Amino acid sequence: MNLDVRLPMGLLFLILGVLLLIYGAVSDPAIYAAHHNLGLNINLICGVMFSAFGLLMLFLARRGKKKE
Amino acid sequence: MNIPNLTLLAATGPVHLELAWVDKVILAVYFAFVLGIGWVLRRQVSGTKDYLESGRSLPAWICALGFIGANLGAQEVMGMAASGAKYGIMTSHFYWVGAIPAMIFVAIFMMPFYYGSKARSVPEYLKLRFDEKTRGFNAITFAGMTVMSSGISMYALAKLLNLVLDWNFHACIIISGVIVLAYILMGGLTSAIYNEVLQFFLIVFGFLPLVLLGLKNVGGWEGLKAKLMPVASGAGFDSSAWTHSWQFTGSASANPMGVEWFGLAMGLGFVLSFGYWCTDFLVIQRAMAAKDMGAARRTPILAAIPKMLFPALVILPGMIAIALHSMGDASFHLPAKGNSLDYDLVVPTMLQYYFPTGMLGIGLTALMASFMSGMAGNVTAFNTVFTYDIYQSYIKKDGSDRHYLGVSRWTTVIGIALSMGAAYFAAAFNNIMDVLQLVFAFVNAPLFATFLLGMFWRRTTGHAAFTGLVVGTLAAAIHHGLSLPGDPSVMATGVKGGWLSVAHVYPSEMAQNFWTAIWAWSACFVVTIVVSLATKRIKTDDDLRGLVYSLTPKIKDEGTVWWKRPAVFGTVVLACAVVLNILFW
Repeated sequence: MNLDVRLPMGLLFLILGVLLLIYGAVSDPAIYAAHHNLGLNINLICGVMFSAFGLLMLFLARRGKKKE
Repeated sequence: MNIPNLTLLAATGPVHLELAWVDKVILAVYFAFVLGIGWVLRRQVSGTKDYLESGRSLPAWICALGFIGANLGAQEVMGMAASGAKYGIMTSHFYWVGAIPAMIFVAIFMMPFYYGSKARSVPEYLKLRFDEKTRGFNAITFAGMTVMSSGISMYALAKLLNLVLDWNFHACIIISGVIVLAYILMGGLTSAIYNEVLQFFLIVFGFLPLVLLGLKNVGGWEGLKAKLMPVASGAGFDSSAWTHSWQFTGSASANPMGVEWFGLAMGLGFVLSFGYWCTDFLVIQRAMAAKDMGAARRTPILAAIPKMLFPALVILPGMIAIALHSMGDASFHLPAKGNSLDYDLVVPTMLQYYFPTGMLGIGLTALMASFMSGMAGNVTAFNTVFTYDIYQSYIKKDGSDRHYLGVSRWTTVIGIALSMGAAYFAAAFNNIMDVLQLVFAFVNAPLFATFLLGMFWRRTTGHAAFTGLVVGTLAAAIHHGLSLPGDPSVMATGVKGGWLSVAHVYPSEMAQNFWTAIWAWSACFVVTIVVSLATKRIKTDDDLRGLVYSLTPKIKDEGTVWWKRPAVFGTVVLACAVVLNILFW
C-alpha cells in the first residue's frame, strides 16, 4: 500500500481550514480591528482558502486512486 | 549560501506572541499529522533502499517540493526576510541569479550521472568517478556539516520559541529532536520528504496572507517603493536602491549589499550556487528518490518554478517591515540590537503585527515546520552518507541489508543526538561554531570545480581531484585570512578574516564571501587540470561509462511533450528568471 501524500495534505488543510472558519465566525470582531489587517476577518478568509485547498487535494487523491 | 547565521536570534527583543487555545490546537493538529504520516509509512520500509532512498519510487512533483522544502529551512525564511529589510530587492539575487540557473544546470547536465550511475549518494559518485580518498574527504566533511546545520536549526528554533513564547529552551530542543527522530525512524526518507511537502504548502499558505496584508497596508508595490525611498537615502544610497536589483551594482559602494556585478555573478551566481545546488547531497538526495530518470531530471526544474516566486513570500515581508518601521508608526517597530536593528526578528514581528489569533497559530506552525524539516533534511542526508559512504565503506563491507537497515536506524538516533549536542555547543560556544562553519564553507567552495572537471573531462584523475579539493580549500582559507570585510582600524581580525594579515579590505562580508569562493574555485580548477596532466589516468573509458559526459549515451527525449524534455522545459524556466531580473532591474 502506498500512501498518497495528497491525502494527509488534504485532510490537514481541511481541518485547519474548518478550525479557522469556526474561529473566524465566533471570535470577537474587535480583534480584527485591533490587528492591522485593515478590518478584514482574515481568519474567515483564510479558512475558506485552506478548506478549498484541502478539498482540492482530497479530490485529486481520490481521482488518483481511481486511476489505479 | 545556505550557511545558517549563528548570530540569529542572539538578542532578546520585545517581540512577544500570545497564543490562544485555537493557535495551540492548530499546532497540535499539525504535529499529529507529522507523526501520523510516519506511522502510516512505517509499513513501507523493508530495507535500506526504502529507508535511505525512498525506494526510488516517488513522482517528480513530490521530489520537487521536497527538493525546495529541504532547502527552505527556517534560516532561509527568517534570514531572507532579514536580508530583505537590510538590502531590499537585491536579496532576490540569491534566487534569480543564485539558484535558478544552477537548478536548471543540475537537471539537464548532472542528474543523468547521479541518477544513471550506480551511485547512491554524491560521495559515492566521487568514489566511482575518482577514488576512495576523494569520496572519504567529501563524505566526512559533508556528514560533519549536516549534523552541525541541523543542530543550529534546532538551536535557532529553541531560542526563537523561548524568546517570543517564553517556552523552555531545553524542552524545545528535546521535543523537536524527538518528533523529528520519530517520524524519520518510522518512515525514513519518504517520511521526511512527505513532511517537506506539507511544510512547503504551510509556508505558502501561511505567508501569502501576511504579504498581501502588508502590501495592501503600504499601498501596493508602488506604495512600498515610495516608502522605501527614505530608508535608502537615510542609509546614504540612491533613493531607489532598495527596489532595484542590478541598477546599482556598477560599484560596490553604491548598493547596500556592498558587492559589484562581477563578484555577484561569479561568486554567488556561479561558484556558490552551482556548488550548492549541483553537489550538495541534501538536495540531490530528493531528486535521486524519484521513480525514473525523467522524473529525477524534472525534479530540479519543477522546483525552480516555486523557487523563482519565493522572493515575494520571504523577501517582501522584510521590505515591508523596514518600510513600516521607517514610517514612524508607533505601533510597529523592529526591535533594536546594539546600534542597529535586530533584523532576524522581522518575521515574528510581522506575524505579531498582522495576524490575529487563529492565523497567528498558522504562521507559527509554518515557521516551526520549516525549522523541523530543515533539520530532518539534514538528518536524512547524514543517514545515507554515513551508512553507505562511511560505515559500509570503512567499517563493515559485507553485511546483510537487514544489518545496514539497523545501522541506518541507529545512525538516525545518533544523528539527532549529535544535532542536539551541536545545538548546545552553539549555545555555549558561539565562536567555535562560527569557526567550524567557516571551515565547512572553505571545503564547499571549490567542490563544483571538481565535479565540473570530473563530469566533462575524462582525463581528470583521482589524485588531481583530491589535490585540487585540498588546494582549493586552502586557497579559501588563505584568502579569508588575508582579507577583512571592513576598516581594519575598527574591525577585529579573526572569525571575520584577516587572521594572517590584512592585505585587502572588502566593502562587505557578502563581497568577501563571494571572492573567497571565486579564489577557491579557481585554485581548485587550475590545480586539478595541472595535476591531471601530470598524473597517470587509472580509470579506463569502460570504468567511466555513465560517469563522464562524453562516454555516456545521450538521453533521447525528442518526441515527448515539451515539459518532459529537460532542455526545453529548463530553458523556459530560465527565460522566466531572466524576465524577473529585467522587471526588477
